[in-house]
Amino acid sequence: MTAPADWLAIDWLLATITAWIIIGAAGMVRPHGFYLVARILFPLGALVSVTVAVCAAIAVTGAPETAVLPLGLPGLPFHLRLDALSAFFLLVLGSASAGVSAFASGYFRKGEGTPPGLLCLLYHLFLASMAMVLLADDAYVFMVMWELMALSSFFLVTANHVIPEIRRAGYLYLLIAHIGALAILLCFGVLQANTGDYTFANMRAQELTPFWASVAFLLAFFGFGAKAGIVPLHIWLPEAHPAAPSPVSALMSGVMLKTAIYGLLRIGFEVLQMQLWWWGVLALAIGLVTALFGVVFAAIQTDMKRLLAYSSIENIGLLVVGIGLAMLFVSYGMAPMAALALTAVLYHALNHAFFKSLLFLGTGAVLHATGERNLGKLGGLLRFMPWVGWLTLAGALAAAGLPPLNGFVSEWLLLQSFLFTLGLKSTFVNNLVPVVAAGIALVAAIGGYVMVKFFGVIFLGQPRETRLAASHDAVSWERAGLVWLAIGCVALGLFPAQVIALIDPVTRTLVGDGIGPQVAAHGWLILAPVDPDRASYSPLLFLLLMATSFALAFVLVRWLYHGRVRRAAPWDCGYPLQTARMQDTAEGFGQPIRQVFEPFFRIERHLPTPFDKEPYYYLAAGDHFWHWLYLPVARLTEATSRLVGMLQQGRISTYLMYSFVTLLVMLVLVFR
Amino acid sequence: MTIYSVIAQALAILLAVLGAPLLTGWINQCRAWLQNKSAPPLLLPYRTLHKLFWKESVVAENASPLFRIAPYIIFGAMVLACSIVPSLSTDLLLAPAADAIALVGLFALARAFIALAAMDIGTAFGTLGARREMLVGFLAEPALLMVLFTAAFLTQSTSLANIVETIANQPFAIYPSLAFAGVAFTMVALAENARVPVDNPATHLELTMIHEAMILEYSGRHLALLEWAASLKLFAYSSIGLAIFFPWGIAHGHDPLGMLLAAPALILKLAIGGAVLALIETMSAKMRIFRVPEFLAGAFLLAVIGILVHFLLGA
Repeated sequence: MTAPADWLAIDWLLATITAWIIIGAAGMVRPHGFYLVARILFPLGALVSVTVAVCAAIAVTGAPETAVLPLGLPGLPFHLRLDALSAFFLLVLGSASAGVSAFASGYFRKGEGTPPGLLCLLYHLFLASMAMVLLADDAYVFMVMWELMALSSFFLVTANHVIPEIRRAGYLYLLIAHIGALAILLCFGVLQANTGDYTFANMRAQELTPFWASVAFLLAFFGFGAKAGIVPLHIWLPEAHPAAPSPVSALMSGVMLKTAIYGLLRIGFEVLQMQLWWWGVLALAIGLVTALFGVVFAAIQTDMKRLLAYSSIENIGLLVVGIGLAMLFVSYGMAPMAALALTAVLYHALNHAFFKSLLFLGTGAVLHATGERNLGKLGGLLRFMPWVGWLTLAGALAAAGLPPLNGFVSEWLLLQSFLFTLGLKSTFVNNLVPVVAAGIALVAAIGGYVMVKFFGVIFLGQPRETRLAASHDAVSWERAGLVWLAIGCVALGLFPAQVIALIDPVTRTLVGDGIGPQVAAHGWLILAPVDPDRASYSPLLFLLLMATSFALAFVLVRWLYHGRVRRAAPWDCGYPLQTARMQDTAEGFGQPIRQVFEPFFRIERHLPTPFDKEPYYYLAAGDHFWHWLYLPVARLTEATSRLVGMLQQGRISTYLMYSFVTLLVMLVLVFR
Repeated sequence: MTIYSVIAQALAILLAVLGAPLLTGWINQCRAWLQNKSAPPLLLPYRTLHKLFWKESVVAENASPLFRIAPYIIFGAMVLACSIVPSLSTDLLLAPAADAIALVGLFALARAFIALAAMDIGTAFGTLGARREMLVGFLAEPALLMVLFTAAFLTQSTSLANIVETIANQPFAIYPSLAFAGVAFTMVALAENARVPVDNPATHLELTMIHEAMILEYSGRHLALLEWAASLKLFAYSSIGLAIFFPWGIAHGHDPLGMLLAAPALILKLAIGGAVLALIETMSAKMRIFRVPEFLAGAFLLAVIGILVHFLLGA
């Protein structure tokens, strides 16, 4: 053991991961000790998160470091490696979880579901396992940590296990997580190519045939896709995210989904030594379908956390589109363009971690204040919860991809990378790319719709229930977490050149090229990934100009005219009897999207007729995949199990007969 | 950064901010003539603005600060939009701040704020207007982006100044892709500026209004700023259309003489464009709200076809 002064970044990171585990274990000292967990352990955890982020930010630009831990099986220790890709995702993990942990300090209350000490243990194990997944350098430790991540998050999702829906959601989550894990395991099996050596270093050295490389890629795409929530494996997201406590939803959506993106990048670009063009086309197509599916479903949701879960599906779709585009570029040997697309992907992963965590935490605060997840029963909360409201507005605008916040920068980069596709040699691909770009533009625009609905229905208008007027604002720890994430959204939006300098080493690791030098050459004020004559964007200048116009208009109007304001009852075309129920509900606001995209949904509706004694209106928009894919598979599984179950009669004589028959068959086989 | 670009930028902003209401007045006048009405004075929009600024602002009791800052944000966004579109000269100081994609983002930002402000009071008409505006927006925005992409693919640049210079410097030819984009752009511009056949700027009939429904609760200086912002938006859209499809007359680079000529050229083009807009409005009838997505989906498809045509024909 060397002195801390000589520690490498990876040693520091291992120390911080150990610190997380110790903090978690400390929670179990007094499982019901609310003060200890909420006021000491979670803030400490947030501090550790900040350390992780700092170490990772330093390590991004450093040389790869490796370590071998004497843990695990005899003769098979844990191989760990910290390169730019791992470091970047650790940065995502650390910076987003710092805000989430700070929020969680104020969030967990007495007497809700799982004891706080146990939650603390699971929460910090979840963080530690995610960090270890990102550091893993052999299949063994990767799978162990991947499973630990799935299990700890499963127990966190089912924290309120007394509610049957939550148990059901947890089960669905665990099921899909394991189907995905199986595919990843098989993928590693293919990658080691019969050498029996499961280190990633060995896998990199293997020269796979295009067939086996494709098999490995498809398995990885399926396996990581199940964790990321690409269509049709998205089904667990809208169930599990609303079920989990809000800080856990924030971590799962903001960070855990990114570990799947990390896995896809690690296997697809770094471990596999070749990229075929049709992988890119596949990822483009599935990514676009996922994004469109997610955003259209998000627009019609009435539960605020389900809405955000679908919005996460949309963002994962955008990330997969970017990965597909980068694969296309790599397969055609256009490394600089691939670097641009990957920069957009990594940037968006970081942005999404911030704004989606912020939004989930915002819904958590609303949920605590009102006890209500249904958008139709909220409204007008900006007046009662100004802190949560205004900070959530920053997150909503970022998620809507509006300048000058961070969501816009990554969408801008993604669209830019679509614009330089003319050099692709295949006509088919050449014509596909603008269509996908159009799809992305549509998704981004509907994303704006979703966020206006989300923010407007919760925070604006009149309270739809009278008891909402008693809602209290977030407590100070919760505010601290929200402020941290909101500052992240703004800063990532305003200083893209600095962020890209961090991303540059990552794209160099993956595709051997980066856009850092070009961006740095044009200074920190203007973002010009290729050439300022071709495309440039300066968020700071943008904000400054808007602020100047704002201020000038504000001052001039007061100086030339006056600043008098009179408060009066709302006018509403002179209609005097309006009530809060006359506002659009969440269903009403989503209705145009439902009508335009009707074939996307499986709609069950009951319309009242004039002759109904008790007229009622009912509408449910379901998921086609659930009815066409999951239910048939579930029924098939059930039928098969029933057949197998017929063997189990529960009588000892029957089992004895089975043994006897088996013995006979074996004897016949042996003495044949 | 040269003194020339600073002057060009200042002139462009001044012309837009001061001239935008005139364009609105001109269109109203043309429309009245075409419909055989006696026309309102050309300078009526200025008088309206002046009157509104003098009036006190009546704000609903339950309005949040968002309601009061939204008009300033929208006004600021539209001023910025007008200042980055090359209407007089391509050598603009602020051109690097935002390219074509950022311009679309700017319009989206303004739309989000006006919709949020409309939902803030919680009246039936406000939320109705917000929902309809977002319905128009979610199709118009990608259509506009695709129109700009067509030009960007043609010129291999998303910088508006570069697009204008490249298209203007090419020998005169009708590009099939730009023809598609032009039709799509006209449709988007009609929808985005709350014009017939999508919306009617003159209506206050509850069932049909979109833009007017959102600003029902505004009065006094807030309303004046929103009206001015609407004029600026129309000016910005007209300038974009003229810059991409009729880029002649805009001064390129450092060219003081060209800029002197650019101003009359712009005014002439805007006068003709405004008259054409009034003609389109007079000749078409307003659509039902659920025809609007079909109309805009048509625009979106036309724009995508424009790009595909560019890829297939290389023109």
